[in-house]
Amino acid sequence: MSDTEDNGLSLKIVRDATCTFCGCVCDDIDLHVQGHKIVEAKRACVLGTAWFLNHEIEDRPSCLVEGQPAPLADGIERAAQILATARYPLIYGLSDTTCESQRVAVSIGDWIGGLVDTTTSVCHGPSGMAFQNVGEVTATLGEVRNRGDMIIFWGSNPAESHPRHFTKYSLMPKGMFLPNGRKDRTCVVVDVRKTKSAKAADIFIPIKPRKDFEALWTLRALAQDLPLDGDLVERETGVAIAVWQDLMVRMKKARYGVIFFGMGLTMTRGKHANSEALLALTRDMNRYTRFVCKPNRGHGNVTGADNVVSWRTGYPFGVNLARGYPRFNPGEYTASDVLARREADAAMIIASDPMANFSQPAREHLASIPYIAFDPKETPTTRHATVAFNVATYGINVPGTVYRMDDVPIPLRPAFESPLPSDFDVLQGIEKRVRELLGIVPAAAGTG
Amino acid sequence: MPLADSFILIPGRTSKQGVGISEGKFQSGYQEEIHALQMTSHDMQRLGIATGDRVRLISEWGSIEVAVVPSKGDELPVGILFIAYGDLSSRLMGGDTHGSGMPTSKGIDVRLEVMGCPTPKTTG
Ligand code: SF4
Repeated sequence: MSDTEDNGLSLKIVRDATCTFCGCVCDDIDLHVQGHKIVEAKRACVLGTAWFLNHEIEDRPSCLVEGQPAPLADGIERAAQILATARYPLIYGLSDTTCESQRVAVSIGDWIGGLVDTTTSVCHGPSGMAFQNVGEVTATLGEVRNRGDMIIFWGSNPAESHPRHFTKYSLMPKGMFLPNGRKDRTCVVVDVRKTKSAKAADIFIPIKPRKDFEALWTLRALAQDLPLDGDLVERETGVAIAVWQDLMVRMKKARYGVIFFGMGLTMTRGKHANSEALLALTRDMNRYTRFVCKPNRGHGNVTGADNVVSWRTGYPFGVNLARGYPRFNPGEYTASDVLARREADAAMIIASDPMANFSQPAREHLASIPYIAFDPKETPTTRHATVAFNVATYGINVPGTVYRMDDVPIPLRPAFESPLPSDFDVLQGIEKRVRELLGIVPAAAGTG
Repeated sequence: MPLADSFILIPGRTSKQGVGISEGKFQSGYQEEIHALQMTSHDMQRLGIATGDRVRLISEWGSIEVAVVPSKGDELPVGILFIAYGDLSSRLMGGDTHGSGMPTSKGIDVRLEVMGCPTPKTTG
């Protein structure tokens, strides 16, 4: 059966479309499309439905230069001039576009000797640092669905951020080794708030804010039967040692344990040390039973950004290409830092909104330098940009590849064509012009 | 002097805020969500705050003005505040990432001042 049907009444049905709103990247959505509007998104959650139903074609120019409508070619020329003449340009964002566009953006970063950073640095960047120190005992979501009988969410609230996580992958499905689905699984939530996710758990462990590191090391000690001072544990973590002991007994009894962790760990004091503690605990548990862990990734293709930047430069984010070879140093080459320290003298922001989400000093500096922004929606970042491209939406108008949060690549099945350009086309135009401006000879066919 | 107290602020994702991103960041749904500060009814009573009252949150790095809404059921512990991520919550973060690339964006120490009289809504 074809993926796309037209019933003759101008209602097009696109089967198994891919939602790119969150890292679950559900690829089982049936879209009902009328002209330039999706009118129904079957099986999508509340976030996916809002994503699909609110990306019709907006009546805005495809390019603004200094806030004024301009021909696309003029925008490309101005963008290329900004990037080619900058001394310390930053390319940032990338988590809400296709791998194909990410690849072109990294190439531009390479030609101009710039910094390439993605929104990973302000979500699971600390986990990316921890992976390099500890490693990651990992699995696909398919394995979790079929085998995971003990599911722990730590500092993560998928009921609000990834609404189909429970039903599609982690809690409800009947798996190959879990014939009774939810009844065969134990769910534990560790958080500072009794979130919506906590209400779906069998066990909720409310810990003190900023004490994840202490709690995770308590569990590491308990796994090895080391003696602990119960009063100290309770004072530090806010949870009685008996609760942690009970959790450890259950973890050891599990046949296949999974820890999903969120930004409750990475955004809180301790950051990469928190993620490291969790990765180390997961590794330790494999002495007793099978245990894996996964960061719950937010943006639809943030995992693709990690993959593309890694296979292009060797590092996942925060890469400096100024010397002609890649260097990696979070805190030095990451977007938030180079802006807050007023180092970058130009920027290209692709599909992200630092003017709304960065610290005040970083925002103030970004507003003071020439920068280029790409987004299908008007945002505080596009409003302040020197050149703003209003582009077609990936997954809805633009085909390509994205990576689900478990590093599985998934193809996109667009619903309708947009009169707007894709960021891929605009980025290719900028890359070509940047190379001309820098006098870089085009590569022979097949070598690019 | 306004009544002041210390809290720990947890900015985080909400589904309303997620829906608002797709509807448009300048639309009322998103703006209302990122301007609403959740507080336990215990803390609200203690400080004499009613739903919709405006308060000022001051961190080491910035200050914002927001309207208070009661948190649902037992979702929040006493002494903790919650706000949806966005323009406002980010104004309370510092620029320093302590060598990680990530500003401390959750678990922020804030001082809360109950405002003497209603003030106009802060806009992004
Ligand atoms: S869970 Fe995420 S990917 Fe799946 S439909 Fe909802 S928003 Fe889209």
